[in-house]
Amino acid sequence: MTDLDPVVLSRIQFGLTALYHFLFVPLTLGLSFILAIMESVYVMSGRPIWRDMTKFWGKLFGINFAMGVATGITMEFQFGTNWAYYSHYVGDIFGVPLAIEGLMAFFLESTLVGLFFFGWNRMSKVQHVAVTWLVAIASNLSALWILIANGWMQNPVGAHFNFQTLRMEVTSMAAVIFNPVAQAKFVHTVSAGYVVGAVFVLAISSYYLIRNRHVAFAKRSFAVAASFGLASALSVVVLGDESGYLTTAHQKMKLAAIEAEWQTEPAPASFTVFGIPDTQQQTTHDAIRVPWMLGLIATRSLDTPVEGIDDLVLHAELRIRDGIEAYKALAALHVNPNDADARALLNQHADNLGYALLLRAQGVDPLKATYPDIERAARSTIPPVGLMFWSFRVMVGLGFLFIFLFAFAFYVSAKQSFDKHRRFLTFAALCLPLPWIAAELGWVVAEVGRQPWVIEGVLPTGLGVSSVSGGDVLGSLIGFILFYSTLAVVDVYLMIRYAKLGPEAVLGGQTAYEPAARKGAE
Amino acid sequence: MSIPLDYETLRIIWWLLLATLIAGFAIMDGFDLGVAAQLLLVARTENERRVVINSIGPVWEGNQVWFILGGGAVFAAFPLLYATAFSGFYAAMFLVLLTFIVRPVGFDFRSKVNDPRWRQIWDVALSVAGAVAALLFGVAVGNLFLGVPFHFTDEMRLVYEGGLIGLLRPFALLCGIGSVAMLLMHGAGWLLLKTDGMVAVRARRVLMVSAAALVALFALGGLWLISSVDGFVITSVVDPSAPSNPLLKEVVQQHGAWLLTFSQHHWAILAPVLGFAGPLLALLLAWRHRGAWCLLASAVGILGIIFTAGLTLYPFMLPSDTDPSASLTIWDASSSQMTLFIMLVAVIIFLPIILAYTSWVFSIMRGKVTAAYIEENKHSLY
Repeated sequence: MTDLDPVVLSRIQFGLTALYHFLFVPLTLGLSFILAIMESVYVMSGRPIWRDMTKFWGKLFGINFAMGVATGITMEFQFGTNWAYYSHYVGDIFGVPLAIEGLMAFFLESTLVGLFFFGWNRMSKVQHVAVTWLVAIASNLSALWILIANGWMQNPVGAHFNFQTLRMEVTSMAAVIFNPVAQAKFVHTVSAGYVVGAVFVLAISSYYLIRNRHVAFAKRSFAVAASFGLASALSVVVLGDESGYLTTAHQKMKLAAIEAEWQTEPAPASFTVFGIPDTQQQTTHDAIRVPWMLGLIATRSLDTPVEGIDDLVLHAELRIRDGIEAYKALAALHVNPNDADARALLNQHADNLGYALLLRAQGVDPLKATYPDIERAARSTIPPVGLMFWSFRVMVGLGFLFIFLFAFAFYVSAKQSFDKHRRFLTFAALCLPLPWIAAELGWVVAEVGRQPWVIEGVLPTGLGVSSVSGGDVLGSLIGFILFYSTLAVVDVYLMIRYAKLGPEAVLGGQTAYEPAARKGAE
Repeated sequence: MSIPLDYETLRIIWWLLLATLIAGFAIMDGFDLGVAAQLLLVARTENERRVVINSIGPVWEGNQVWFILGGGAVFAAFPLLYATAFSGFYAAMFLVLLTFIVRPVGFDFRSKVNDPRWRQIWDVALSVAGAVAALLFGVAVGNLFLGVPFHFTDEMRLVYEGGLIGLLRPFALLCGIGSVAMLLMHGAGWLLLKTDGMVAVRARRVLMVSAAALVALFALGGLWLISSVDGFVITSVVDPSAPSNPLLKEVVQQHGAWLLTFSQHHWAILAPVLGFAGPLLALLLAWRHRGAWCLLASAVGILGIIFTAGLTLYPFMLPSDTDPSASLTIWDASSSQMTLFIMLVAVIIFLPIILAYTSWVFSIMRGKVTAAYIEENKHSLY
């Protein structure tokens, strides 16, 4: 059991549990707004079919919500269990948005969600719809604070290193909250969630329409999903572009890896549409390139170059050398905390202290690092290029596909020409899994692209881990896999069962529109 | 930005807030953990099971956030405690997480399939999860008095030398059983308020037995602590406004040191007094068939017991028995002064709002959950 590496195992565990949690979160974000829209139509029009739509989609929302809450608990505590040094090193900043998320958003969402399900006959219509809106808004506020925390990992602003406590401490909470990276990520991520919710409703409604079941119900749900989805699919691409633009400024290596840009090209750089990145030879085979395009997207100019991986590695090397000075100063301060020269030296080089820690992550003492050690550490700043390149392209491709999907669905719904477009309905139903694939790949691009850093430029991932044994982590990892797999089976089973049963059966034959539908009034 | 409160005051306020959040968790989520734990005891038929589950159905989700908020608040206000406690108690924490993962899906999925075996599986899972969570929380608190085996390296990397089995020491187990009794009492108090018929009859019995057990265990735990658990005491000079670094002080283990707070501040004795009075009063009320008030008495008892534990440990949060000087105290495990202040502002703004809408939800869902109500709303309830 000695060669079980807790770093590798903890990363696998974090990655799997985060990706799993992120299956449920986007649907909650999107579906909660769709429920609020449906219920608002009910309150304004007074037509009971809209109440039944809210209740039926609400049932599916409930199944998903339970999974989201269950898997979210793991995330809140996993920083402590598996990433103890990380928690100590940045808790002064990172803990704040997490705690405020609980205070401001998750508390509201979870307290009111009980009323959404159980309060139908205990409140006025207006009170109930207000509760539904608050659940939707709170779930989105939740995402805001989580992405402020995550944005800080990508672009750690408003903090400095304190040698007396040996950790990062906050200097400006406003900078952390209004971090441009966090804001761009928030709007991109929540709109991706709206797309997930809209595709979910659209696909299941299409399935009903193909089968000629619950037609009145499905047409209305289809219309809501199409319009909400179209707006969201457009935003997700536009806001994703903004997020990409900021990546250019703050995470150059991530951008270079996404684009497999091995060498800096003269501006404006071309965009590689297709190719096979080869990490060994640092080149991309069979590349198809569109001239100028990357330069335009990434820098929004014609004369700013996009730095390639080779130049960025050289840049990292310089920062490691500079960081070693900070590390030396820190060692001197450990011996004598009042050493004024060492303090000045540390202040001067503190921005690059994290780069010296890259050597530590490689098992090298920064005070004894040789040239090959530094070179190796600098090369370790390259994330897995092939994975980044393809994840990004599939995500973006799907993003454009959703625009087409919703635009056409909007057309079909506006014309009420469902019968003429049965093949499109089949296509729409088959699109069901796609937004999840796009969302998960988005997570991969954002978080794998951050490697080898857990906090960009501040703390390498390998150093953030707890001093737990590999055996312990393996045990919990196996436990999570077994437990989560079982829950996944149960969740999918219930979702399919309830979607197939349809609204009449699920609401216990109490739907208002059922008699009308039977008479063929639709 | 200049911070209007000094570091020492902020640290004391945050110690108080942390104790309050833990008490909030034990009182709010405590009753639905306790209700789940006694599900199989108080409810025999399918309808009774649904009465019990639906009595907490609309509120358990919000209650559970006290646990999550507690985690978040420790992370933000005492990051070193968050890091040490959760990585040190790794396997125990994993079990706690499992019990908290089972609950949301258990409540939501249980009644969605009309098959007795399916429902039985979820009922057992919910019940075990409630009891195990209660037990583990108590065991964890018990270990705080004994100290747990950890130290720090020079760069403040935590090294923990124990495992799950090491936590199961007799005194800690006693605390664990006490915690189960406490939450069973509290859950039964909730059921007496929210249900009628056979469920309420059985809950009354559960309450009387668990309240009596709690009084006995609380007394026994106290005597054990006084007689044979050595406390921790800081022997070097403490600067309550110094930067948070646990490597700069000296601590020794000393017989009787856990009683220092009570001998120095006589008002502190109020906490254990409430800890005894709460469950005794709950017992009396149940005996005299005044069930509706039991929950309140039980909540007072929980508040007293949790503050007794906190005051006994003060100013320690997590003592180390292998390297006492590495112990975490409120003076050296906290966030920076600015973070504590920002978080305090956030709490002052949001906690009253949370209490307001939580009360609103409870008042809307007031009234008993009856067998007839379950029958009428078969499809919309848990």
